[in-house]
Amino acid sequence: MTVTHLVQLLYLLSTGLFIFALHWMNDPRTARRGVIAGVAAMAVAIVGTLMFPGLVNWQWLAVGAVLGVVVGVPLSWVPLTAVPQRTALSHAFGGLAAGLVGTAEYYLWVGGEPEMLTPFRVFAIVAEIILGFLTFTGSLMAAGKLQEVKWIPQRPVTYPFQNLGNFLMLGLAVACGIGLIVKPVEFSFLFPVIIALALIFGVLLIIPIGGADMPTVIALLNSYAGLSAVAMGFVLDNKLLITAGALDGSSGLILSIIMCKAMNRSFTNVLFGAFGQVQAKAAGGEQKLVKQETPEGAAQIMEQANTVVIVPGYGMAVAQAQHRVRELYDQLTKRGVDVRFAIHPVAGRMPGHMNVLLAETEIPYDHLVEMDDINPDLPQADVVLVIGANDVVNPAARHDKSSPIFGMPIIDADKAHMCFAIKRSMNPGFAGIDNELYTADHTYMLFGDAKGVVGELVKSLSASGTH
Amino acid sequence: MRCLLGAGAVLVWAASPAMAATVQDVGAHAEAPPTDYISLLFVFMLATFIGLGIIVRVSRLLHTPLMSLTNAISAIAVVGSILVTGRDHPPLITLLGVIALFASMTNIVSGFLITDRMLKMFKKEPGK
Repeated sequence: MTVTHLVQLLYLLSTGLFIFALHWMNDPRTARRGVIAGVAAMAVAIVGTLMFPGLVNWQWLAVGAVLGVVVGVPLSWVPLTAVPQRTALSHAFGGLAAGLVGTAEYYLWVGGEPEMLTPFRVFAIVAEIILGFLTFTGSLMAAGKLQEVKWIPQRPVTYPFQNLGNFLMLGLAVACGIGLIVKPVEFSFLFPVIIALALIFGVLLIIPIGGADMPTVIALLNSYAGLSAVAMGFVLDNKLLITAGALDGSSGLILSIIMCKAMNRSFTNVLFGAFGQVQAKAAGGEQKLVKQETPEGAAQIMEQANTVVIVPGYGMAVAQAQHRVRELYDQLTKRGVDVRFAIHPVAGRMPGHMNVLLAETEIPYDHLVEMDDINPDLPQADVVLVIGANDVVNPAARHDKSSPIFGMPIIDADKAHMCFAIKRSMNPGFAGIDNELYTADHTYMLFGDAKGVVGELVKSLSASGTH
Repeated sequence: MRCLLGAGAVLVWAASPAMAATVQDVGAHAEAPPTDYISLLFVFMLATFIGLGIIVRVSRLLHTPLMSLTNAISAIAVVGSILVTGRDHPPLITLLGVIALFASMTNIVSGFLITDRMLKMFKKEPGK
C-alpha cells in the first residue's frame, strides 16, 4: 500500500466521521458526541494531508496553523448574543481560504503546467473563486451589519436598477470565466477581473438586505462557503473536499429553505426584494386605543395563571434580557405556573438564535417549543408574554391580504386569554407595519426596555413571596 | 437509518478509486491519470443527498450549533491550504497559502470550540 492509498483511506474515514458528526446533531443528548466526531474527522483529514509527498515548507505550515489557533480560540469566547456576527465572520474566512487556494492553483498552473488547465478544471477554479470571494466580502458586510458597525448602513440600501446592475455584474464575471475556460493561458488577464467582480458583487448583494432577513442570508452564505469547498475539491481532484463541502452546502440550503418558509417568502424575494423599507401606510384607518399595564399588575395576573407562554424575539437579545427571563421563569415555576417558550423559526438574527440564548440561562430545553407545536395550545393559555418580538405575532399575517407579511406563519399570541407585550415604544417592527395584536381587546402593553421590564416583573413577584 | 445506508453508498463510491488503484498497482513514476470527473460528480451528488437527508432531521433547537459545526466542517479547505503552503512554490504563492491556512485553522478551532460551548448549555429538566 503506497502513501497515496493510505491518504485516500484516511480521507474515507474522515468523510464517514463527518457524516456521523451531523447525524448526531439530531438530538441534544447525542449532539456533543457529534462535535467529538467532527474534531476526529478534521484531525484525520489534516494528518492525512500532511502525509502527502512533497511537503517541505514546514515552518510556514506551522506559522499559519499557530496564527489560526491564536485567533480562533478567543473567537470562540464571544458572548452568545454575538454568535450571528461570529458565524458570518467565519463564513468570510471560509470563502477567503477557498478563493486564495483557487488563485494560487491557477497561477501555479499558468506558470508551470498549462496542460493541467483542462476546461473542467478551469470551470471549477472559476466557480471556486467567484463563490469564495463573494462569500468573503458578502459575509464581512453581513457581520458588519449584525455588529452594527457605524459606517455600514443597517437599513436596506436601494437605488434604481439595483438588481439589473447586480445581474449584469455577475453576468460579466461569468462571461470572463467562459473566456478563461476557452483560453486559460492567453486570457489570464481576465483572472484578476473575475476576482474584483466577485469581491464587489458580494458587497452589493448584502447592501439591500435588512436585519430581519439575516437568518436566511447567513444560511445562504453558509451554503456558498460549502460549495466553494466543493469546487476546490474538483480543482484539486480531492473527494474529501467534495464530500465535506457538500455536507456543509446542503446544511446551508436546508436552513435557508426553513427560514424562507417561516417568512412565507421565496429565495429571490429575500435576495432581491429589499424588504424592510418603510411601507406606505394604508390610508385612513381609525386610531385604535392601546392599553397599558404596570409591571406590578402584570405580575399579579401572571402568578394567578395556570399556563404562561413567553414569546421571545430579537428585542430580548438586544436588551440582553435572557437572564432576567430565567429569573421570571423561576419565580413563576416556583408558584406552580406552567411556563413554556414559543420559538418562531426566524426569531432573532440567525436560525436557532433564541434557543441558544435561553439554553445559556439553563432553562431546560423541553420548555422551548417550536411554533407549530405550541400554536394548538395557545387558545388554552392564560397569559402570553411577548418579549421583543413583533412581526412573528402579528395577526395581520393570517387575514390581511394587503399586509406585506400576509401568509407568514405566526405564533397565535392573540388567541390566548390575555396578552402582555413588552416593547420600547409603539414604533412598528422591521416590516414597518402596525401590529394589530397591540390594539386587541385583551392585550396590555408594558413599555420599556426588555431587561428593565422583566426585571420589574421579577421584583414584584419576589416581593409578593410564595403562597 | 435510510440516510446512514446512503452514507455507506457514498463511502463505497469515495473508496472505489483507492481500491481500484491498489489492484492496478500504479507505478510510482507513471503519468498522473486524467481526472475522473464522473466519479467526482457522483461523489458530489450522493454526498449532497446524504447531507439533505441528515440535516432535515437535525433538531430545530440546535440550528445555531449546527451552523457553527458546519462552519468548522467547511474549513476542510484546510486540506487545499496545506497543499498550497507546504509544497515548494514561489514566495507569493506560499503567502496566499499561509493566509488561507490561517483562515481555515481559525474556523476549525473557533467553530468546534463554540459549538461544544453551546451544546453544553442544552440541559433537560432535572428529574425528567
